[in-house]
Amino acid sequence: MRAMIVKEFRELRRDHRTMAMLFALPIVLLVVFGYAANFTIDSISTQVVGPHADQVATLLPPLFDVQGTDPGATADDARGLVRDDVADVVLDTSTSPPTAYVDGSSLFVAQTASAALGRAGDQVLTEVLFNPDLTTSWVMVPALVGLILTFVGTIITSIGLVRERQTGTLEQLAVMPLRPADVIVGKIAPYFLLASFDMLVVTLLGVWIFGVPFNGNPALFALAAATFLFVVLGVGVLISTASQTQGQAIQVALMTLMPQILLSGFIFPLQAMPAAISWIGYCLPLTWFVKVSQGIMLRGAGLDSLWPALVVLAAMAVLVFSAAVLRFRRDLAPARRTTARTAEPVSA
Amino acid sequence: MTSEARAGTKDEPRRRDFGAYGVSVRFDDVRALEDVTLPVPAGAVTAVVGGDGAGKSTLLRALAGVVPVEHGSVVAPDRRRIGFMPTGGGTWAELTVDEHVDFVGAAHRLRGSDLERRRERLLDATGLREARRRLASQLSGGMRQKLAFGLATLHDPVLLVLDEPSTGVDPVSRVDLWRLVAQAASAGAAVAFSTTYLDEAERAGTVLVLDQGRTLLSGPPDDVVRGAPGHVRRATATHDPARTWRRGREVRAWFPVGAEPVGQAVPVDLEDAVVAAALAREATA
Repeated sequence: MRAMIVKEFRELRRDHRTMAMLFALPIVLLVVFGYAANFTIDSISTQVVGPHADQVATLLPPLFDVQGTDPGATADDARGLVRDDVADVVLDTSTSPPTAYVDGSSLFVAQTASAALGRAGDQVLTEVLFNPDLTTSWVMVPALVGLILTFVGTIITSIGLVRERQTGTLEQLAVMPLRPADVIVGKIAPYFLLASFDMLVVTLLGVWIFGVPFNGNPALFALAAATFLFVVLGVGVLISTASQTQGQAIQVALMTLMPQILLSGFIFPLQAMPAAISWIGYCLPLTWFVKVSQGIMLRGAGLDSLWPALVVLAAMAVLVFSAAVLRFRRDLAPARRTTARTAEPVSA
Repeated sequence: MTSEARAGTKDEPRRRDFGAYGVSVRFDDVRALEDVTLPVPAGAVTAVVGGDGAGKSTLLRALAGVVPVEHGSVVAPDRRRIGFMPTGGGTWAELTVDEHVDFVGAAHRLRGSDLERRRERLLDATGLREARRRLASQLSGGMRQKLAFGLATLHDPVLLVLDEPSTGVDPVSRVDLWRLVAQAASAGAAVAFSTTYLDEAERAGTVLVLDQGRTLLSGPPDDVVRGAPGHVRRATATHDPARTWRRGREVRAWFPVGAEPVGQAVPVDLEDAVVAAALAREATA
């Protein structure tokens, strides 16, 4: 038995990925959960509009972080500010009592805001927009679409690519008269199509089973999903270039998946996280896709308000996918770059 | 890569055949091949032999273009005219025999009646007609290797590179594979293959013996045997165990050049020659 234990420790010591999962991951999880696992909202971004905007803004409790006032704005403008994600709460002082429009697509923020506004009794009329019953599934389904795309794009793609390496067929492909672009596109396109199909099914089932509204532009949603898919497929390809076995690929893919689940605002609200942790979240592609998918499906937001998130996703797609293709191309045709190869035998 | 390296001046035959000339390959800090030359003439079979880690696969992969060469040059045709069979065959477990032919045929832009003619030829030559709708994962090891060979030759390559095609294959399938290899060479292809079986290597036109990434012996099998360094004798109990090896029921002993050999002289074959050369290198190291 002692020999078995010694052998196991020796193997573990040399398996850096497993060691990372054993030691680094628990510490990361502890820190992340300790700071990020927080449903308590301390600050709600707020705009106050209408003729008494400046006066009412000074009366709001500190929970409502008033970021701007506009005495000239109308009720429609107020709704527009919520739809465009300018603020989570917009207080319209043109009505009596004032009306607070709350963004129901930010579930925890909306719950906190509704509770605080409820304590004011008849002094404020509260209207929760886009998710009036604060139904959890309405917020989760658009985010789940992103999670499923991440799963297919990262884990399934990396496994599929590493399988070629593990069985020796990648070398076979390298010698065949296929251009690296043919191999790369040929390998990735099926996963792109399958992930797109998955996205369509999940979105339709979400709408059909859970009654999640789809208020926005489907074409914009498809564009965002395709851009996001390029990012996660790129991550999958990158993982495959750094893995020799399918087990290694799954390990690394899980390590990229877990922070996205925890820090994208999908489960824990970004507003409740300390700045340092939420910034990690803003570096993750799922965070931006969740913003876009919730914006389009629930709020009916358009390109004019979602473009910053789409630009971030596009930049990530170009960066990650280019790096992935370059690395994969290097693996596929190392000798074509460096070896002196003469085409034909020659006679003296 | 310098033009001198590209010229490949070392051990170069008069007619420059396909092959690797003065090739060195390095993986990080490990020197996998050092100044190795392997001419692969058309219409002949060239064998690369050596123990585990000798550099056989690296040399053939360099020849096929999947491993970058640090020094030296590789003379090889365009990829459209190379047939490559990597270690383990390189078949796709979840594709049937027919689907393999479809894919490899499409990669080589073979279609229509031309592809069908080649498919029939492959099925007949490899004996896989009855198994054409079976997945590669459902084929025996020998059938899978024959499929891989058939795929490597589907497009009639002028250079055929086979990395241990017969390893792990039963003796009957080994004979079948060798028949296919010989047919490819007689049809004009330049064939290079690696093997750990020296009886197979003896049938090749030329043999290159590698040891720790360097050339131990090279030439036609008979020349290699004749050129074995030192003397080989039937061993007795008094021989140095470090310089003896078992051949069937017998034990052979090696004596370096200049030493007085003891024991009965025996006919030396390729296996004895390879062991003798390895011991000679150890003695001079």
